[in-house]
Amino acid sequence: MLRRVGPSLRHFLLERKSSAGYSSYSSEEKMSRPVQARRLEGIDKNIWVEFVKLAATYSTVNLGQGFPDFPPPDFLKKAFVRALSGENHMLHQYTRGFGHPPLVKILAQFFGKLLGRDVDPMTNVMVTVGAYQALFCCFQAFVDEGDEVIIIEPFFDCYEPMVKMAGGMPVFVQLRPKAPKDGQLMSSADWQLDPAELASKFSERTKAIVLNSPNNPLGKVFSREELEFIADLCVKHDVLCISDEVYEWLVYDGKEHIRIASLQGMWDRTVTIGSAGKSFSATGWKVGWTVGSNRLLQHLRTVHQNSAYHCATVAQEAVAQGFQRELELYGKPESYFIQLPKELQQKRDWLVQSLDAVGMKPIIPEGTYFLVADISEFKSDVPDVPDSDEPYDSRFAKWMVKNKGLAAIPLSAFYCGAHKNNYNHFIRFCFAKEEATLKAANDILQKWKREKTSP
Amino acid sequence: MTFRHKNTRRIEGLDSNVWVEFTKVAADPSIVNLGQGLPDISPPDYVKEELAKAAAVDRLNQYTRGFGHPSLVKALSQVYERVCGRKIDPFTDILVTVGAYGSLFSTIQALIEEGDEVIIIEPFYDCYEPMVKMAGAKPVFIPLRYKNDGNSASSADWVLDPAELANKFNSKTKAIILNTPHNPIGKVFNREELQVIADLCIKHDTLCISDEVYEWLVYKGNKHIKIATLPGMWERTVTIGSAGKTYSVTGWKLGWSIGPQNLIKHLQVVHQNTLYTCPTPLQEALAQAFGIDYKRMDDPDCYFYSLSRELESKRDRMAQLLQEAGLKPVIPDGGYFMIVDVSTLNVDLSDVDEKQPYDYKFVRWMITSKKLSAIPLSAFCGPETKRQFEKYIRFCFIKKDSTLDAAEVILKNWNKQTA
Repeated sequence: MLRRVGPSLRHFLLERKSSAGYSSYSSEEKMSRPVQARRLEGIDKNIWVEFVKLAATYSTVNLGQGFPDFPPPDFLKKAFVRALSGENHMLHQYTRGFGHPPLVKILAQFFGKLLGRDVDPMTNVMVTVGAYQALFCCFQAFVDEGDEVIIIEPFFDCYEPMVKMAGGMPVFVQLRPKAPKDGQLMSSADWQLDPAELASKFSERTKAIVLNSPNNPLGKVFSREELEFIADLCVKHDVLCISDEVYEWLVYDGKEHIRIASLQGMWDRTVTIGSAGKSFSATGWKVGWTVGSNRLLQHLRTVHQNSAYHCATVAQEAVAQGFQRELELYGKPESYFIQLPKELQQKRDWLVQSLDAVGMKPIIPEGTYFLVADISEFKSDVPDVPDSDEPYDSRFAKWMVKNKGLAAIPLSAFYCGAHKNNYNHFIRFCFAKEEATLKAANDILQKWKREKTSP
Repeated sequence: MTFRHKNTRRIEGLDSNVWVEFTKVAADPSIVNLGQGLPDISPPDYVKEELAKAAAVDRLNQYTRGFGHPSLVKALSQVYERVCGRKIDPFTDILVTVGAYGSLFSTIQALIEEGDEVIIIEPFYDCYEPMVKMAGAKPVFIPLRYKNDGNSASSADWVLDPAELANKFNSKTKAIILNTPHNPIGKVFNREELQVIADLCIKHDTLCISDEVYEWLVYKGNKHIKIATLPGMWERTVTIGSAGKTYSVTGWKLGWSIGPQNLIKHLQVVHQNTLYTCPTPLQEALAQAFGIDYKRMDDPDCYFYSLSRELESKRDRMAQLLQEAGLKPVIPDGGYFMIVDVSTLNVDLSDVDEKQPYDYKFVRWMITSKKLSAIPLSAFCGPETKRQFEKYIRFCFIKKDSTLDAAEVILKNWNKQTA
């Protein structure tokens, strides 16, 4: 069986290209070789670069990129100011590379409680520059050339290029929508993995599976049964689980976020990733973390100490204080982790109403601050271009921001190249926005609907 | 339960790190810490104020532009256009990273791969070697050597042998890493030295990764020259800078890479696939600070120059303390480190049963028995030169007066406490 078809085929083609052969170097060869490393092959495109620019240029209402347009809570902002202006000016200097001691200590306490086990701050927790860098460390630490990594579609777009950059092979398995009951709106719970299909994706080359629950972009909150099924496969095939749980607090309708690391046989093979940006509405602080067994985290530390090494001290100090407060208020109504999902649920419901009222069919998310809607009824505004390389929803989203001033992200952005046209009539909205923003979005949608129905 | 999961090949052998051991020392207040390179002086007030102002703006607590916050890249292009005397596009020629460390990583991951060789000048900032190895490439070392037998009084006495350097270049040489002002020796490469390197880079079509984090910390009689400004070098050089070193805010972890679009665009690809964006309020504050100092770049009060003057007197004081203790420090022309040969103290550590180099043993002994810390120089060498450098240790002198006072007490009493 051909184990590494991809890379060796690429080498073969390159060898064919350069007449002198790839293995013998000369000055001429160097000049004709591209200056950049091969690991960048196929990962240079990025949906955000384009869509962020479009939103900045055209949008009046930006429900595109995922960040709140309301501020972080006062207690957190105050903690930041205290940290930067306090007597201890050493908070402007390097802290411990693997995580500022007050932060790793409180994270260990907090997540120890949630996972029901002893979590050591020095060996079971590592702080990263956002959850993004945590993901990077995981792939670099564990994915070698030829390793397969299972990615559940639709997925947060960085998983695929990160796997590729590590030399791995992404293996995709789709969440498939089941039709909702008559008259009801679809829920993210209606998008499910086919168990047999998922099982078939595990092979002896499978190194890891990436789990994202609550899921961006759909908002799906994986149930205990679904997680147990995934866990059983991980144990059976001795596969690692990279569990991206950045939206862990944003869970609605009384649903429970279940941490796969707490399931049988999973602690030793799971890295759980979290984000201060999402937990505290401070995406611009770029503080994230990993929690897991030392056996796994030791390798994340090696990557981290050879790539970024330290994260900003002041931000870590402030986040530590934020967590201290949340630990004290855990489960109480004043807890930010209870207030935030409460507020966001209301915003979700407003947006659902707005979209439903005009004929865009929302898929009600169980979690996250994203919502995906089916725009089929609006297709007449953006005619199909049969020969276009670009997926329909991408053209639609671009047209919408330019002509209606409303920014959203096409769902195809969250699928691999081969599957981009499978679900190409959906767009993703972010509803972590002030009431005024959501009202403005509603106005745009209402006006649009009126323009469609009037002659 | 089976568990076959070990680390990837790319990080094999890269797990140990000199800082993990020696930064633990910083936590012990009874030890006078002249080891790790971080200031214990305060950053300037206006820098802290700008951060407070930035954090008060709601939007500045959310994501900004991935490759660098617009006001920051514009401020950087302003300052560096003036320094370099050429147009620098803030959006295509600059990438903001998590410290200069992040710039080194992005540059190496973007441009270096298996089959490549990268020339590293010894002693070197320790991360160069593991980063080159993690990229699958081979580090090729060349040591700085002191040109006068015995008396190496100044960092300028430490030079590269041009013939030896030329021999290190071959068709596989993808890049050379230059660090000027140099950590740990403090050497400020002069124009002739840079020209030798530049000529070789051009001849062999080699890239230059120029780590210039200490660019403003250059002492009287010396000038920091950017190799990217030499003819034929802009198109093949990535120049790295650091907010931490410029503004005494190492804990902000902001750095930048500046170079031609055709190189920087690849660093941007790495960045968008590693951490995507750097913290916003810190970038905004830095942009404002740069704005303030840009306006006074003709004024001696500009922080870039005032910090340098402050450090020059600390340098002189540090040198004097060491000399009075009977040591021969190498006086640095730049940076905030000073190396010193400790073999003249004749501390016998042969009974310490370790295979560690002498300087590691010495520093550990000095920490426990003298309550003074430094960094062993062999941490900054490739395997072949460890012997050559194991009698040197590195002191950091960007320290407040009371820290240097405490060091003075220890050094003055050194001989009174022999076993």
